[in-house]
Amino acid sequence: MFGLEKKDTTLLILVAILTMAAPFILNPFPEGSGLAQFNAGYPDLMQRFVIFGIFAIGFNILFGLTGYLSFGHAAFLGVGSYSAVWMFKLLSMNIIPAIILSVIISGLFALVIGYVSLRRTGIYFSILTLAFAQMSFALAYSVLTPITNGETGLQLTLDDPRILGASATADGSIPVTNLFGLEMRSAFDLAVGPWTFTFSAGYYVCAVIMLLAFYLSIRIFRSPFGLMLRAIKSNQTRMNYTGLNPKPYTLAAFVISGMYAGLAGGLMASMDPLAGAERMQWTASGEVVLMTILGGAGTLIGPVLGAGAIKYMENIFSKINDNVLHGWFSFMPDGIENFMVAIVHPFVGKGWHLTLGIIFMLVVTFLPGGLVEGGQRVGKALRRNKDEDSKNASTEPAE
Amino acid sequence: MGILDVKDVGKRFGGLQALSDVNLSVKENTCHAIIGPNGAGKSTLLNCLVGKLIPDTGSVMFDGNSVLGRSPHEINQMGISRVFQTPEIFADLTVMENMMIPLFAKRDGAYRLHGIESVSSERELVSMAEQMLEDVNMLDKRHMHSASMSRGDKRRLEMAMCLVQNPKLLLLDEPTAGMARADTNNTIDLLKEIKEKRDITIAIIEHDMHVVFSLADRITVLAQGTPLVEDAPENIKGHPKVQEAYLGEAH
Amino acid sequence: MDAFLLQILNGLDKGSAYALIALGLTLIFGTLGVVNFAHGALFMIGAFCSVTLQRLLNLSSETIDPTKTDFLGNPLKVKTPYVESWFGPELGGTIIEWSVPLAILFAIPVMLFIGYAMERGLIKHFYKRPHADQILVTFGLAIVLQEIIKAVFGANPIQTPAPDALSGVVEVLPGIVYPAWRVVNFCFSLVVIAGVFAFLQFTTFGMVVRAGMADRETVGLLGIDIDKRFTAMFGLAAAVAGLAGVMYGPINAPNYHMGMDFLVLSFVVVVVGGMGSLPGAVAAGFLLGVLESLASLEVVISAIPGINQIIIYLVAIVILLTRPRGLMGRKGVME
Repeated sequence: MFGLEKKDTTLLILVAILTMAAPFILNPFPEGSGLAQFNAGYPDLMQRFVIFGIFAIGFNILFGLTGYLSFGHAAFLGVGSYSAVWMFKLLSMNIIPAIILSVIISGLFALVIGYVSLRRTGIYFSILTLAFAQMSFALAYSVLTPITNGETGLQLTLDDPRILGASATADGSIPVTNLFGLEMRSAFDLAVGPWTFTFSAGYYVCAVIMLLAFYLSIRIFRSPFGLMLRAIKSNQTRMNYTGLNPKPYTLAAFVISGMYAGLAGGLMASMDPLAGAERMQWTASGEVVLMTILGGAGTLIGPVLGAGAIKYMENIFSKINDNVLHGWFSFMPDGIENFMVAIVHPFVGKGWHLTLGIIFMLVVTFLPGGLVEGGQRVGKALRRNKDEDSKNASTEPAE
Repeated sequence: MGILDVKDVGKRFGGLQALSDVNLSVKENTCHAIIGPNGAGKSTLLNCLVGKLIPDTGSVMFDGNSVLGRSPHEINQMGISRVFQTPEIFADLTVMENMMIPLFAKRDGAYRLHGIESVSSERELVSMAEQMLEDVNMLDKRHMHSASMSRGDKRRLEMAMCLVQNPKLLLLDEPTAGMARADTNNTIDLLKEIKEKRDITIAIIEHDMHVVFSLADRITVLAQGTPLVEDAPENIKGHPKVQEAYLGEAH
Repeated sequence: MDAFLLQILNGLDKGSAYALIALGLTLIFGTLGVVNFAHGALFMIGAFCSVTLQRLLNLSSETIDPTKTDFLGNPLKVKTPYVESWFGPELGGTIIEWSVPLAILFAIPVMLFIGYAMERGLIKHFYKRPHADQILVTFGLAIVLQEIIKAVFGANPIQTPAPDALSGVVEVLPGIVYPAWRVVNFCFSLVVIAGVFAFLQFTTFGMVVRAGMADRETVGLLGIDIDKRFTAMFGLAAAVAGLAGVMYGPINAPNYHMGMDFLVLSFVVVVVGGMGSLPGAVAAGFLLGVLESLASLEVVISAIPGINQIIIYLVAIVILLTRPRGLMGRKGVME
């Protein structure tokens, strides 16, 4: 189906079901219950899941397939955001032209940076991308202020021209982003008993785009182009002597992944029409690296899992404060309760980055294939147990 | 005029004259061996043929075109495939994927963006790859991860990857170096079979005399960067100059 | 003209931090072949060694002085640092005031140990892994170290003032005054650099390490336990970065993310100097520091707006593209 093999079709359908049902799945705990803080089914967070999913899927096309580690991909995300906001300021609040422009501009930007950076490999490539991204970041803060609005960030105002729309709504406020009239922030609440599920237009727009992006990445992975990219990672000497020029392939992968990043940036601005330079900083590039590795670089679903895991931790872990902890350990005697709270405290709340860093180090050290490899190992172990069980079962009657 | 003509080639590395006045002509559909003691310049010469090095003087013509200044992938596209001393394959990929890459290179040239249709939908190329694997008795291993194969199998796979492109000239760089006797004999048989079945020119650089005399139609002996003799194998065997070059090395 | 000279001094000053960090990075890279993204964190930890020492010295005993009352009418609590009660107020006060220079002595063993522990505990397992994995795991480590510091010391910068005697200005050239501590910082970094080079040049230990940098396998074959020495080099590199951190504290109050801020720049410095070249790292450190400062001259900024922000990256990009081995690097390192 869809020109995919059976295994990939199953994966795609599974991901589609999960994303479409996310408002249910991510809200398993009834409102008001003690566990409700672990619910992630609110629009803002769900949007971030899928948007960063797109970012990581794109990054994986470059890093996962070719092995070129870019530390500057946040620059493309930032450029995408700026382009989209400018489109909202100048043309209209419809997100389609904004997103198209984000993808085009970030693609062009990636073409220039990629063309230069890819003249080097290995660590030199990483440092070149790092240097370019930091340069863009510094420029966005200083000289490019007329375009980026410097530290304040680029925002919509009431006197933006908006040629194909109104500068202001009838009641004098700034119009909101929409898809042919469907407002991105509109949402519909469904209450079932103690549960409340929120269905947001913005989330579903992002989710559909993410599914398309995911589908495209599967096609790329299985195509001759994807095969060439894996060949580049495996052995460039053999590639040269097989009559292939690795450079244009790598550049194409770089540009495609830059366009994915631009798409993510454009979507981010479509959900919340502002753009700031901090999105371009190298630590933001580091974040997408973390996501991809954590999930499993070079696998199809890994980056999406990684993006989800990190964004979930960022939002849910960071909300756990000492009060919550005391609540958890309240069944214990006071002394032990305080001790447990003191032990857990540095790893949650504001300290969630510490947990992230530790998990990341453990993954790189022991599980280079990320969560996906972990899942496969567990699956294998289970299957082996099962086989043994069935063997035992089959030998039993003989006794 | 042969398919490959090397004229007056010289190459110097700093103070060392690695090659000087190399003249060599490989005739179409023959197997031409280049032998010589260690340090005779065999590898340097080979690297000059495939674009890895550019000679200081002289010319290298292949099929009527100069190869000088072209990059390795351009030279491959002209019809020269190379087998390395230690097999260079795509170790992270399966055997079948290894085979598909040279087929795409042959059909689509050095670069073409095929990002949508899947590799397995290229039925014609898939069956060509399978046919080639069958020819080298590796069809049963087509789903294997190529890193996990024996060295002999890797060599076989590399050879198959070169042959599937139907090259006009196959360059072999000590294809049996470091191999056990049995593997060496297998390789010789494989090459003999290739020679018989296909219209192909082979140039082989080799240390092992057994391999050379089993395969070569013509032999060039290289010593200290310059050709000593070029003749048919039966004349090379007893040639005094050759004995001198090799014995000289032994003592 | 004065502005020009002043910027040169600023550049040398900033360059000394770059040079010391880049020197450590190069030591690690040249000996162990590891790309250490946690090196900025070591610089940061050095700065926090001096914060820690300052806190330790200020540990106080509390006594109640019944003769005085605070504004609420309660008896006044008087805090007396133990150091002052042990050594008397005068000597004790001086010790506290000189906590930053003292932190140099404190930081050296601490940093040596941290470097040693890092190499044995983590980096050792990554020698055979691809460079990308080394970058990733040390990047993770950098996050962890920085978060630990944040958890212990908080997110705000903490002042580590220089002693009064060194916090005024001095006349470095006729008519040009310059903050004394910055002069000390620059001279100190020269001493550290000279020390490292002398160590490598004149001790047997250093000779073995240099030989190992050139050809690890051969030295290994000679029956010398090169690994042990390389571990020690990691400790040394950590100490150098830590000292740079201590000295930088009075110039810019230490905060938990100063390591990440310096890391990118130091990598750029290493690349410009040439991967694996120690003199290259030092030269490039000072050179880029000076270039960055000169680019902030008003004349330059008005001619090319924003140049001061990007000059270092621009230089790095140009160098990488035209001369990939950097100013003084050997050919073929990691190409």
